[in-house]
Amino acid sequence: MVNAMVALDRVELRRGGRVIVGPISLRLGGEGITMAMGPNGAGKTTLLRALHGLERVSSGQIHWDEDARALRERQAFVFQTPILMRRSVLDSIAYPLRLRGVRRGAARERAAECAENVGLRVSLRKDVSTLSGGEKQKMALARALIMDPALLFLDEPSANLDGRSTREIEEILDHFRARGTRIVMSTHDIGQARRLADDVVFMHHGHLVEQAPSAAFFDAPQSQQAKAYLQGDIVI
Amino acid sequence: MNDILQGLARAAKLVVTLNADLVEITLLSLQVSLGAAVIGSAIGLPLGAWLAINRFPARRTVIALLNALMGLPPVVVGLIVYVLFSRSGPLGVLGLLFTPTAMVIAQVIIITPIIASVAHQAIRELWADYHDLLISLEARRHQRIATLLWDGRRALMTASLAGFGRGIGEVGAIMIVGGNIDHATRVLTTAIALETGKGEFDMALALGFVLIGLAIAVNLALHILSRTERGSRW
Repeated sequence: MVNAMVALDRVELRRGGRVIVGPISLRLGGEGITMAMGPNGAGKTTLLRALHGLERVSSGQIHWDEDARALRERQAFVFQTPILMRRSVLDSIAYPLRLRGVRRGAARERAAECAENVGLRVSLRKDVSTLSGGEKQKMALARALIMDPALLFLDEPSANLDGRSTREIEEILDHFRARGTRIVMSTHDIGQARRLADDVVFMHHGHLVEQAPSAAFFDAPQSQQAKAYLQGDIVI
Repeated sequence: MNDILQGLARAAKLVVTLNADLVEITLLSLQVSLGAAVIGSAIGLPLGAWLAINRFPARRTVIALLNALMGLPPVVVGLIVYVLFSRSGPLGVLGLLFTPTAMVIAQVIIITPIIASVAHQAIRELWADYHDLLISLEARRHQRIATLLWDGRRALMTASLAGFGRGIGEVGAIMIVGGNIDHATRVLTTAIALETGKGEFDMALALGFVLIGLAIAVNLALHILSRTERGSRW
């Protein structure tokens, strides 16, 4: 791994006296796509949310690297279920810019470009509630990308999408990785992980089981759980 | 039954001939209750939003209190406002008693809790939807409130209309602080009370129908202006 981005030092998240995630210690580098994998309830979402600052860490520390200031300050998060604002598609995508004080006209122009970039080809005047599942996810992606994030989190971005929509989203992510956007995402689609991941964080029951470069992880997983998971066994 | 039909007929006649007294008291009714609804909304809507997105120790108590205040008895509010603004009262120097301004003040006190409470309910649900997004985008507190008020505007209009509805039909408070003075503070509800007291039931009924018609007209006008319930829109 090239230059470090963030290090977790015995990070633990508890809710109502129950440990949800941790203690976890790991380091993430400053480039490529990191894929959080594992069965449902492994703590992938919580890990991503904690890194983004949406969850309070109960104990342990998250250290951001000095050189990773841009990555820390310019983040965006795409949620598993797209959050739909009561607005048109165009105004939903433009919203983050409006928060930063960009004028309506300029923000809408930029939003239209972003919609184009993610391949969202619908009438942008429509209300977001009328979009299909794939279109909603692309809207959320465009809304995240409009801020030109240096670090992009995606929580199972294609969990409910068909093959074509999934491929389109993966192409977009590939494109942004090539442009230097750091991506941290979760999936339980093993195929998607193989196609996209540069390195893998495998979690189970809230613990980090294995962290490895993609090739090593898929060719020779070290842990029992990861082996079983990759073979398609049901990991409980 | 006969009284009601006569009342309807007389109401139609009054409206069609644009009876000068009727126009005057109708306009004052509108002015007082719309004024109170606007001021009550200006206070109640942001207050409801603020309560929905902030966590503080006494929050539950404040919300319970607000809900309880929805049932504030208008007569008591009128009485308190009367005492405050009477010549010997603490605000007597303002000389507002028996003026439309005092009536607006009394109605604002009555309807603000309703507007704030309904707004709080609507905004709380919207906030649950938007929470993660607004936190992720690092929206500041006033930006969160502004976003929630704007995107919840249709539900909030209902809150304002509920406040207006309570105001336009209210008689206890404005009777006390306004005094039902002809050509000064007489409004539809106080006129109805007066006509009923005099035994003029058909006139009272006529004014009653005008009042109901007015409430419906204001609601329809706002819905058309804000284009709710149209097609696929919220």
